Amino acid sequence: MADSATLEAVNIDQDAGNFTYPEDYEHDAGYGLTSETIDYISDIKKEADWIREFRHKALKVFNEKPMPTHWASKDLENIVFDNIRYYLSKGQKPTRSWDEVPDDVKETFERLGIPEKERKFLAGVEAQFDSEAAYSNVKEELEKQGVIFVNSTEGLREHPELFRKWFGKVIPTGDNKFSALNSAVFSGGSFIYVPPGVKVAHPLQAYFRINAENFGQFERTLIIVDEGAEVTYMEGCTAPKFETATLHSAVVELVAMKDAKIQYITVQNWSNNVFNLVTKRGMAHENAEIRWIDCNIGSRLTMKYPGVIMKGRKARGEVISIALANDGQHQDTGAKMIHAADETTSNVVSKSISVGEGRSTYRGQVHIPKHLKGCKNNTECDALLINSNSRTDTYPAITVRGNQHATQHEASVSQVSEEQIFYMQQRGLSEGEAMSLSVNGFVNDLVREFPMEYSVELKRLIDMEMEGSVG
Amino acid sequence: MAQENPVSWFAAPPVFDLGLELPDWYRQLQESSWQKFLTTPEPARTDESWRFADLKKVRFSELQAARPAENVEALIQRAKTERVDDFAAHFVFANNRLVHSEINELPEGAVCLPINEALVEHGDLVKQHFMQEEGSLGGDKFSALHAAATLSGLFIHFPKGATCELPILTHHFASGDFNCVFPHTLVIAEDNADVSVVDTFETATNDEQTIFFANVDLVATNGANLQYVALQDESDHGPKHVQLNSSRVGRDARIKSAFVNLGAEWIRQESIARMMEQGSDCQIFSANLANGVQEYDQRTLQSHEAQHTTSDLLFKNALYDQSRTIFAGLIEVKPGSHHTDSYQTCRNLLGSNEAEANAMPGLEIDADQVKCSHGSTSGQISDEEIFYLQARGIDAEAARQMISLGFLNESIARLKGEAVQTYLFERVERKFRSLRSA
Repeated sequence: MADSATLEAVNIDQDAGNFTYPEDYEHDAGYGLTSETIDYISDIKKEADWIREFRHKALKVFNEKPMPTHWASKDLENIVFDNIRYYLSKGQKPTRSWDEVPDDVKETFERLGIPEKERKFLAGVEAQFDSEAAYSNVKEELEKQGVIFVNSTEGLREHPELFRKWFGKVIPTGDNKFSALNSAVFSGGSFIYVPPGVKVAHPLQAYFRINAENFGQFERTLIIVDEGAEVTYMEGCTAPKFETATLHSAVVELVAMKDAKIQYITVQNWSNNVFNLVTKRGMAHENAEIRWIDCNIGSRLTMKYPGVIMKGRKARGEVISIALANDGQHQDTGAKMIHAADETTSNVVSKSISVGEGRSTYRGQVHIPKHLKGCKNNTECDALLINSNSRTDTYPAITVRGNQHATQHEASVSQVSEEQIFYMQQRGLSEGEAMSLSVNGFVNDLVREFPMEYSVELKRLIDMEMEGSVG
Repeated sequence: MAQENPVSWFAAPPVFDLGLELPDWYRQLQESSWQKFLTTPEPARTDESWRFADLKKVRFSELQAARPAENVEALIQRAKTERVDDFAAHFVFANNRLVHSEINELPEGAVCLPINEALVEHGDLVKQHFMQEEGSLGGDKFSALHAAATLSGLFIHFPKGATCELPILTHHFASGDFNCVFPHTLVIAEDNADVSVVDTFETATNDEQTIFFANVDLVATNGANLQYVALQDESDHGPKHVQLNSSRVGRDARIKSAFVNLGAEWIRQESIARMMEQGSDCQIFSANLANGVQEYDQRTLQSHEAQHTTSDLLFKNALYDQSRTIFAGLIEVKPGSHHTDSYQTCRNLLGSNEAEANAMPGLEIDADQVKCSHGSTSGQISDEEIFYLQARGIDAEAARQMISLGFLNESIARLKGEAVQTYLFERVERKFRSLRSA
């Protein structure tokens, strides 16, 4: 096994997210979800009538929609919607200075290293604590260029002319049960607008933190990148390890106008009792590019299939996905590529690792309707099984109409060979280290797609998860 | 009878019954299967196993037990002229009834009988292997219907060590609107036996709404070799064809099966292959040529249930006009089935701007030391390929068909027996010719 220094590092890291502060919330919508809950949230946020109405309609859709258990994991049935708290916050307005953030919230984020990272390499940060953002800041020069980076409440209130047009348009309320739930009770999240031609050099980041037990976090993100503009957005998330299950159900909509580029990076490291049921989709207009870079390491059950609707000619969509499922985890991830214009291209590369009794699933959809020409899709999914009781599934669905397209899909399942491990042990590595090295090698070409700071962190997380997986 | 219950498609089993003496267990099975058929819900939009399927095609409204076919002599003549050149035995059924049989040579101890006779003479063997598959890929309502109604088709039993180079042939004809036929093929290859079977499904005329509910049970025990081929060459206008295959492969045994689809307006083929003991191997091939508004819906399961088992699947679709194909395949490696080696490939060649190919290749792996992969592609013939052949004096249309034919032949070429390959190849070629003349 690993030497003491590694073990130490590992211990610190595992504890990094596992702490909680006493709850003293100013606003608490209580347990369960009714139309009163929605009015409560709407009142606090002083929302316009159309938003309130939007929420009420969504609640109705949510109640009517069945659980998607005819294809998804039966584990979904263990979510008790009545035992969840839908809104918790300490104060309304996110501050622009860490000094004004309440002490315990500030300490939370300091322990997670957010202010430090902001100084180092970020262009803007938003930190969400349960339902509301506690801190939000964007570098002055970007603000001058007209970049808007606010939370959902502020976005809809202050800039309806920008955001209302696309809000709920990429992912309609009725898309699935959990997008309806989010539409009913959403709070927090990032609303970003990048004006034409502005290329944001440094990434914008949001950090999501669940602090309270039985809490459901429902952030809503809408990123609009105007013609020729570019942005990279990163999100990270943690929660302490509670006894009971916690729900995280976000809706993320991206809109890339003509020639725009969006890169959306997620490193998901929820604790092992979080149901992470997220709907993410982008719409790419002519010659635009949307890339989802998605890494799932935490949570109990993740169901997430980032999608791109390629609406304009020559639009490009890409999903790069790494999933690691350990004991008690099910990473059900994948991609959805909808080609809706000529000469659109999409690429999906997915690598998953199943450790112990972990289960990883790839679920994908590629759709090329008729009367289009020159569409291309490439899908590759590779799965690595570490232990004899690990499990992996692959369920792609590819529809192609017409004879002017090309699609290819390939999947393979393999394991770390005994020879490889033996070879490395010969050279003085412990079995655990050898295993970590192999696994890191397996995902290496994808990890390189992440910004440097993240790829270092990712490698460390993978090392951590691999500890004790052999022997 | 009036149709009152919306769940059932018709009010009484369309049983083909010659007033035969049948064993009690079989009567009971028919009765319980009919009840199961009535209570099993129709496929619905939310069924994953019916994803992408056009469910309107499954709403059968008028079905009836088939009366004897007309012009039987002509059908027999057709079957005889067009059959595989060399064969061990040949049986012809028309509207469920055996109308012709000839046996050239069968190895000693081998039995080849219509299923209704086998029920009487080899009741125990039939009972042991007849429709034992409990899993379903979505067609359980059809398989219940089949069990309630079938008394047609062939029982083939090759005891230990019985081998035969030549294939056993059956022809199943259906004729008459809304007539349904229930061909059953039950093949048992015991230890080290070697048997090859070719089923051909055809309609009597070009424009009849007949329906085939076929079931095939294939069993191979220790070291046996079994090859099964289904050629579906019904009229492309009207008929529907449902076929459910079950393969059970024992220790060091091998089953090769193939589906060649040229006709029928709508087909649903399900194939469950179980590799049950060490060394089991299963190979499944398909070559499909779809045009017009044909919809070919194929679902497969390769289930690895023991260590050191292997399987391979290669499905090829050539699509024209507004045709649709659906391929849903799953490789399942059960816990403890280490050292599995399994492949699955589906390739689609789209020959028109309105054809639609759906592919859902799936993997569920629950063991390690496993080599599994699948691939799926959709594409078209490149202009360079056509140009190359044109440069050699072949016109573009002929070049296209030549390439498509070669594309489909890749599946056929993997089968055993040159005569069988030629038989299938010529049928595919014939359909290509008819496409060209149309």
